[in-house]
Amino acid sequence: MRDIKCQLLVIGAGPGGYVCAIRAGQLGIDTVIVEAEKPGGTCLNVGCIPSKALIHAADEFAKASAFAGGDTPLGIQTGEARIDYPRTLEWKDGIVHRLTNGVSGLLKKAGVKHVDGWARFRDGKTVHVDTATGTQTIEAEQIVIATGSNPVELPGLPFGGDILSSTGALALTEIPKSLAVVGAGYIGLELGTAFAKLGSQVSVLEAMDRILPAYDEELTRPVKKRLEALGVTVLTGVKAERHAKNAGTLSYTNGTQAGTVPADAVLVTVGRAPATEGWGLEELDLTMDGRFIAVDDQCRTSMRGVHAVGDVTGEPMLAHRAMAQGEMVAEIIAGKRRAWDRRCVPAVCFTDPEIVSAGLSPQEAAKTGLDVRTASFPLQANGRAMTIERDDGFVRIVARADNHLVVGVQAAGSQISELASYFAHAIEMGARLEDVAQTIHAHPTLGESFQEAALRTLGHALHI
Amino acid sequence: MGQHVIKMPDVGEGIAEAELVEWHVKVGDPVNEDMVLAAVMTDKATVEIPSPVEGIVAWLGGEVGEQISVGAPLLKIEVAGDGNTDAAATPRPAEPLAEDEDAPAQPAADTRETSLKEEPDGGGEAQDAPVSARRQPDKTTSPAGKATRDRSLPAQTRKEGDRPLAAPAVRLRAREAGVDLRFVRGSGPAGRITHEDLDLHLDAGARPGTAAARAPDNRVTDFKVVGLRRRIAEKMQVAKSRIPHITYVEEVEMDALEDLRAALNTRKRDDQTRLTLLPFLLLAMVRAIREQPSLNALYDDEAGIVHQHGGVHVGIATQTRNGLVVPVVRHAETLDLWSCAAEIARLAEAGRNGTATREELSGSTITITSLGALGGIATTPVINHPEVAIIGVNKMQVRPVWDGAQFLPAKMMNLSSSFDHRIIDGWDAAVFVQRIKTLLETPASIFIED
Repeated sequence: MRDIKCQLLVIGAGPGGYVCAIRAGQLGIDTVIVEAEKPGGTCLNVGCIPSKALIHAADEFAKASAFAGGDTPLGIQTGEARIDYPRTLEWKDGIVHRLTNGVSGLLKKAGVKHVDGWARFRDGKTVHVDTATGTQTIEAEQIVIATGSNPVELPGLPFGGDILSSTGALALTEIPKSLAVVGAGYIGLELGTAFAKLGSQVSVLEAMDRILPAYDEELTRPVKKRLEALGVTVLTGVKAERHAKNAGTLSYTNGTQAGTVPADAVLVTVGRAPATEGWGLEELDLTMDGRFIAVDDQCRTSMRGVHAVGDVTGEPMLAHRAMAQGEMVAEIIAGKRRAWDRRCVPAVCFTDPEIVSAGLSPQEAAKTGLDVRTASFPLQANGRAMTIERDDGFVRIVARADNHLVVGVQAAGSQISELASYFAHAIEMGARLEDVAQTIHAHPTLGESFQEAALRTLGHALHI
Repeated sequence: MGQHVIKMPDVGEGIAEAELVEWHVKVGDPVNEDMVLAAVMTDKATVEIPSPVEGIVAWLGGEVGEQISVGAPLLKIEVAGDGNTDAAATPRPAEPLAEDEDAPAQPAADTRETSLKEEPDGGGEAQDAPVSARRQPDKTTSPAGKATRDRSLPAQTRKEGDRPLAAPAVRLRAREAGVDLRFVRGSGPAGRITHEDLDLHLDAGARPGTAAARAPDNRVTDFKVVGLRRRIAEKMQVAKSRIPHITYVEEVEMDALEDLRAALNTRKRDDQTRLTLLPFLLLAMVRAIREQPSLNALYDDEAGIVHQHGGVHVGIATQTRNGLVVPVVRHAETLDLWSCAAEIARLAEAGRNGTATREELSGSTITITSLGALGGIATTPVINHPEVAIIGVNKMQVRPVWDGAQFLPAKMMNLSSSFDHRIIDGWDAAVFVQRIKTLLETPASIFIED
């Protein structure tokens, strides 16, 4: 097989890698991207997109069930709700297919060469790719490592059979009667909630003392309440032990007491780890930052000409962070002056209700020594929230006391994820409370609660 | 950074106001202490207002022709440190958030802040804030319009250590222009840096004492390369493109030679030329060439012949007003120290005033180049084509030298010499330089015949 020589080689076609390759192609850089699976990475194939599809289907089914049960104040009544789950999956897979094809098309349009196979470094400039037709050697002036991350396994509950990773849960062909979710992070709660709405008996086991330990307690309270309303068993401060397949149970202890929860299937979502094995990292001897590849503010690793973007470079492991990094690296390689100077990477949990966080939480701000003022506005006082039957949640602003600069925004609420970018925009633009307060917010929308939160921080909210 | 407010002084005779007749500065100008900032006129006299501080003009208090009350702010200067009005420079950490002055959370009105916000009458929008000269007076885009710009609005400037506040597009533009936003003054709310602020910064160039980029100078001036400059250019081009140079640098301890030179100079007759280092070096080269005649040669690389000369004709690269010329000391092997010194001095003078003849400027077989006092630590001399060697003299300096037990001060001088590596091997080049080093370090040996 003829060796390929190129200016830029991107390893991994997830959000970080494919965006980097597209941008590099646009800038006229001779670019090759290597991917063993379908383009789109975890996000498009087994992460963000299919899980959101499943969550939507579950929401719709839950609504239909409520209508059928007659327990809705809307007065809507229907016949019994049924779900043809294989068809649901087909629809979900259709979306994934459309998006991964779209990415392939975009790469092609940008003039990026795609090599299908598993890449392995030989040295800092050369990569061997195991393809279907043999080993392909690629020599590149610059290499971008965008290998992503993988779900973390528990020693007592290795993936396989009824022990599912998030990938496995999305691929289930039928809805399990009972599902135990180990790890109450956002992935576990998103999928656990969806299966609860689809009819599974769901139990969530968390080792820490509360759900979503990465977020503050105030922010997670509406989710906790909702889980209870959905009949999800939430056990905190417990350790999952063993899955008894025949009995269909998962045992746990909390130090003193032991117990079991029903578990035809077990979903283990205890975090994700950077994918640093199997592609020849050991050939490069890169400086590491814990489990992650250490990078500077231009995503350069310790080896000249080798960059890294996305989950493999650290937290937060989010697709949009990887995309921004990938775009930046392509522009740097094209000779533009760029460096990472973003003020915030917004994060969303598609739990029920959804949670959004952009910038600093009050606790984080306090830790950095900032004197901040905080106020929140409850969706209970928001007209739009009432009209969609979801007035649980709130919008909270964290602003500097001295100059009123907005340094953080958090929110919980149904459909509140759509405001995440708005919050991030305010922070990036350097908005002060007055800027938010003086902007006319369209009525009636959930966004008004951001304005009201700003007014409330200033001491004169109107609608509360 | 703080602000120093200069008020209209009491110019005497109990007057209440004076007419502003001239500004000597404008916003953005750097000013030094005692520099005249403005002139004001009373009935009787024009009085100049000097600056009591060093800094940058941030605000002017009126137009020429305006009457300004005694005691009213005349001009504001941004100074390093606190200035005389610290409210703008150091936002109080626990400022109440409520805009409403009646809010219970608000402590007693801060008079410093209040007084700062109260600007003199007559200026309207443009004078409302210290930074407003830079602000687009566009009320539609500014939420801090007149109505909300009340006294409790928070401080406008950035605290030390804070990241500069700017929208992503401004940050991108700054990065592309190579501007560090920490050095750009932000005129927006909370010290936010606007596109206009960045324009201003780019137009004005860097402030004194900052590391930010200066305004780019896009002028290009064309000069025709003619005359001596063209000859030099051609010669250098030939030398550098045809000759693979090897450059060898060695240090020489000069104390003995300097002692000898000083002794000879004090005892010299009036008709003798004062001795420099060069005649010694010339004679040392003659001695070294006697042992390695291959260094004293011209290489005709087209014919493939090395012309090895018996006579040592030493070119001495001399800087003149028009450029570099190389007068030649002919037959250095025939000269004694004093005649060598006289010949070097004569030729140098002739080279400099342009009276050197063609013969005097050609025919060298080896060349010395010296930048004298500018000499630097090392150079990579370019061989005077078609010669095969050039000896470069670097600056002599007293440096510590380890004598095996301690550091001693010694007059050290480097020789940076280049050789045509096609003809001269590195080893021979090194032997040649080492030989010269030995001769110079024990100067008597230059003169003692074997």
